[in-house]
Amino acid sequence: MVAVSMTVNGKAVSADVDPRTLLVQYLREHLRLTGTHIGCDTSQCGACVVHINGKATKSCTNFAWQWEGAQVTTIEGLADPNGPLHPMQEAFRENHGLQCGYCTPGMIMTAVDMVNRKGHDLDDKTIRHELEGNICRCTGYHNIVKAIAAGAKAMESTSGQGSGDKLQAAE
Amino acid sequence: MYAFTFQRPTTVRQAVNLLAKNEDAKILAGGHSLIPVMKQRLAGPTMLVDLSKVEGIRGIEVGPRSVTIGAMTLHSEVANSAELKQALPALAGVPAGIGDPAVRHRGTIGGSIANNDPNADYPAACLGLGATIITSRRKIPADEFFQGMFTTALEPDEIITKVQFPIPKKAAYEKFKHPASGFALVGVFVARRSSEVRVAVTGAGSNGVFRVPEFEEALAKRFHAKSLEGIAVSPDEMNTDIHASAEYRAHLVAVMTKRAVNAANAGIAMEKQG
Repeated sequence: MVAVSMTVNGKAVSADVDPRTLLVQYLREHLRLTGTHIGCDTSQCGACVVHINGKATKSCTNFAWQWEGAQVTTIEGLADPNGPLHPMQEAFRENHGLQCGYCTPGMIMTAVDMVNRKGHDLDDKTIRHELEGNICRCTGYHNIVKAIAAGAKAMESTSGQGSGDKLQAAE
Repeated sequence: MYAFTFQRPTTVRQAVNLLAKNEDAKILAGGHSLIPVMKQRLAGPTMLVDLSKVEGIRGIEVGPRSVTIGAMTLHSEVANSAELKQALPALAGVPAGIGDPAVRHRGTIGGSIANNDPNADYPAACLGLGATIITSRRKIPADEFFQGMFTTALEPDEIITKVQFPIPKKAAYEKFKHPASGFALVGVFVARRSSEVRVAVTGAGSNGVFRVPEFEEALAKRFHAKSLEGIAVSPDEMNTDIHASAEYRAHLVAVMTKRAVNAANAGIAMEKQG
């Protein structure tokens, strides 16, 4: 067993885990942050995307111990639990960018990363290309693309929200 | 996954010693090839030697005649380097087409080359540009480094530290992506150097990345897609699977080479494929 400590959603956390423990298992099973999903477990579907030190990463293909001391943001950490949704979450709600919802946390974490890297004015082609690593089997993507374009714009006008993640992205 | 222990050395020497003392140890770079095969129990290293804390093996140096990239440099860093896009855009475009944005945040050039997956992109870039693989103990020309599917010249306790790419006059990489996986069904890297023309193919060969001497000869005479007309590549050594027959792959090698030559002549970076 190995002690792994990191900062998840702004909070210092620690757990004794087997070295085999994947980051996604650390988050879900040890921290009970079950918003991050396991879909394919082969780094293809993107349901497990979280931000590590501000960058979108597939948490099923990282060991927890690799991120000792890191800053991790999960879907639970995007918005204040007692406040309004993050603008990207709100855009998914508003545009019906989900059906079963299984892929949604990964979609939203990827979308926020996309905005951090590519800015607030995202065309359909860019969004679809950037979504290469996130698979949705319900929606046909149309409303997800709409939601991300709208969420990207909304993040510009409400910049400051979800800023914890933005600060990490600047690293 | 089988149980393992791990070490996080901070110098190349420490990492090499760990590998030398532990026969079943494996290097962990970005982990996006190794961790999936560990999950499938196709690999069962007893120890992982994580290179993420090793100093001096990450970063991009652009010189007047060559570009040197540290082994632990991420795909996203190579793809987004403004300096590299200026000096050698064809090389910057290669990692831009690997996997997806999250994968590019973890995958490394050294990991890709050491793994030598027969469908990987970087081996084609190394072989096509005539790169030199710099390791913990020597310099290996790309022509000697890649020795067949998942096989390289690396010794068990040898670590890639850097890769040095000579800057060619013209170069381009064209890849026919598998529509689902995004891996190269066939990818061709073409480079025109003052001394030679090199054509390197990934995805197609049953022994991994290879060069096409008959194309190189024709292109050395005149670096134009028309020079390739009438020259066929034999399907004998090509892969056959449910995605493409050997004949189709051989056909694609010619098509992608022509496209790469056109792109190199037009000075088009590979990024459009990314």
